[in-house]
Amino acid sequence: MNITVCIKQVPGTSEVEIDEKTGVLKREGVDSKMNPYDLYAIETALRIKAGQEATVRVISMGPPQAESVIREAYMMGADDGYLLTDRKFAGADVLATAYALSQGIRSLGNSDLIICGKMTTDGDTAQVGPEIAEYLNIPHVSNVLRIHELNANAITVEMNMAESVEIQEVLLPCLITVEKDIYTPRLPSFRLKLKTADRPVKRIGFADLEDKNEAHYGLKGSPTQVLRIFPPPVNTTSERWEGEGKELGERLAQKLQELKFI
Amino acid sequence: MSKIIVHQEAAKNKSSEELIKVCPFNAIEFDGKQISINAGCRMCKICIKRYPDVFEFIKEEAVKIDKSQWRGIAVYIDHIEDSIHPVSFELIGKAREMAAKIGHPVYCLLMGDKVGTMAEELLHYGADAVYVYDKPELHHFRIEPYTAVFEDFINRIKPSIVLVGGTTVGRSLAPRVAARFRTGLTADCTLLDVQENTDLDQIRPAYGGNIMAHIHTPNHRPQFATVRYKIFNAPERRSEKSGKLKYFDIGDEKLASRIRVLEVRKKEKVKSIEDSDVIIVAGRAFKKEEDLSMVYELADLLGGMVATTRPLIEAGWADPRLQIGLSGRTVKPKLIITCGVSGAIQFVAGMNSAETIIAINADPHAQIFSVAHYAVIGDIYEILPEMIARIKAEKINNRNIYA
Repeated sequence: MNITVCIKQVPGTSEVEIDEKTGVLKREGVDSKMNPYDLYAIETALRIKAGQEATVRVISMGPPQAESVIREAYMMGADDGYLLTDRKFAGADVLATAYALSQGIRSLGNSDLIICGKMTTDGDTAQVGPEIAEYLNIPHVSNVLRIHELNANAITVEMNMAESVEIQEVLLPCLITVEKDIYTPRLPSFRLKLKTADRPVKRIGFADLEDKNEAHYGLKGSPTQVLRIFPPPVNTTSERWEGEGKELGERLAQKLQELKFI
Repeated sequence: MSKIIVHQEAAKNKSSEELIKVCPFNAIEFDGKQISINAGCRMCKICIKRYPDVFEFIKEEAVKIDKSQWRGIAVYIDHIEDSIHPVSFELIGKAREMAAKIGHPVYCLLMGDKVGTMAEELLHYGADAVYVYDKPELHHFRIEPYTAVFEDFINRIKPSIVLVGGTTVGRSLAPRVAARFRTGLTADCTLLDVQENTDLDQIRPAYGGNIMAHIHTPNHRPQFATVRYKIFNAPERRSEKSGKLKYFDIGDEKLASRIRVLEVRKKEKVKSIEDSDVIIVAGRAFKKEEDLSMVYELADLLGGMVATTRPLIEAGWADPRLQIGLSGRTVKPKLIITCGVSGAIQFVAGMNSAETIIAINADPHAQIFSVAHYAVIGDIYEILPEMIARIKAEKINNRNIYA
């Protein structure tokens, strides 16, 4: 069984600030890390592999430095790693990213199961997984809490809904996005670090993809445009209330109504 | 194709390290000879702002689509079994507000199995038309038939804007449909507006809410946006019905699925304090465990949850999962009311990004007041009972108005 896991390099912290005058991200250093939700996706693939014959591939799109998250996946136990990187992918929004990843996944040959994290910590959209599935023309199930069964033909999963859990049986190939806590991700192993130090991270460029229409990639393939970024509005209220207990209780009730909490 | 180009001559006058560092996404590279831009680029254009002589944005106009071919604002009606998810009403309200600005109609799209009653109900909310697909194959949410129905609807109606609730179903379905139409989808918008040319202004948080982004879909239709529950206000239900109700059929072959729903299990409601929009915190000022009934009552009235500080957990008065702070949970609710909490730094670190903080404490110098938006100096044993009584009275009053 071929399992492909999609991973992403994200900024090391989401505690970013914007310079209000210039609209530029204030950012110290260039630290980055693997998207934390992807650790659960990798762990899910590795648990499957522990129970049956399987190859775990990881794929990412990003700058050449994103190779480090693939190395990290190797240290957890992934078998092969691929990095989609090409100038033609620059400026990609969700759609163009999902499309390039779907093309990259196609270029690897058959994938029986594709696993994505629930979302990333920088974009927070949770859209890339379902969009990849659309472009691969396979079914997907989001928010998977647990895997009940996986055989050569189908996977049975628990999907987390607002008020219920749905048990779905999905024919392979398919894509799932997993909730955090599906399994506890293992730590990268030093032994595997040494063992995989020479293992290459294969690069996939525009020329390796089946669809060579440039209009589908990067900025040109991106329907959305970010007009500007700005800091979130902050509640700068700072009031001190003193007085009789009863009177304060009454004022609080009024305030809660004014703030639409009642 | 629009792109950022690098003026290599100008770049030579600058340190390549400095140029590389300007990009927050590591998208600027130097190969020893030339500066170039790689796949990491998000077109934030920070490099252009900082070094306008080196980086330049070249805009090439794409073929313009004819926006007048796309009319109306469509709302996907999410429902759990036979009840309409309230986010759907909120979206109808927003759609009506925007539609009025551009003179477009508002549509509802309802799909499911035996959904006639819900369709009738929707006519009370001021949409111009409610389109319904009622098929046994749509009984459970399965991605392929739901996407196929959505696609069929868009092809027939050609709406300019499509709004979808940010529910589990919406967050799975909307990207799938948007990808099928190769159009943009902006997730979890907190602010929406529309321009005269029907372009949707979408504002959403990114980086865990530390940044807001203003996003456009200038040359694609329809424009998709998802919005979470409780962001917009629902319109009032009208006693009269309005708008037309139309049933659409779709070929059975389009409803095929590779998914079989084996079982639907109701979830036990174990909500964690991280998921609660309103949190009432009990601190050390409570003299006896029984007195906590006040905070439980207040939490019930406000639809929120109770949390506590560490000493109360250690006293065994509350479940450890209810502890806020560095050794407990970090919360970011819309409203937090701390009752008799002094505000040790370990506690404050777990709650100081709440949107509204009301702190009640008898000590005018309590540390908690430094992060409070409303610092209420007084005794919880006097304030809380009065507050509860007033809220109760208000609720009864409201009920009489709506009855």
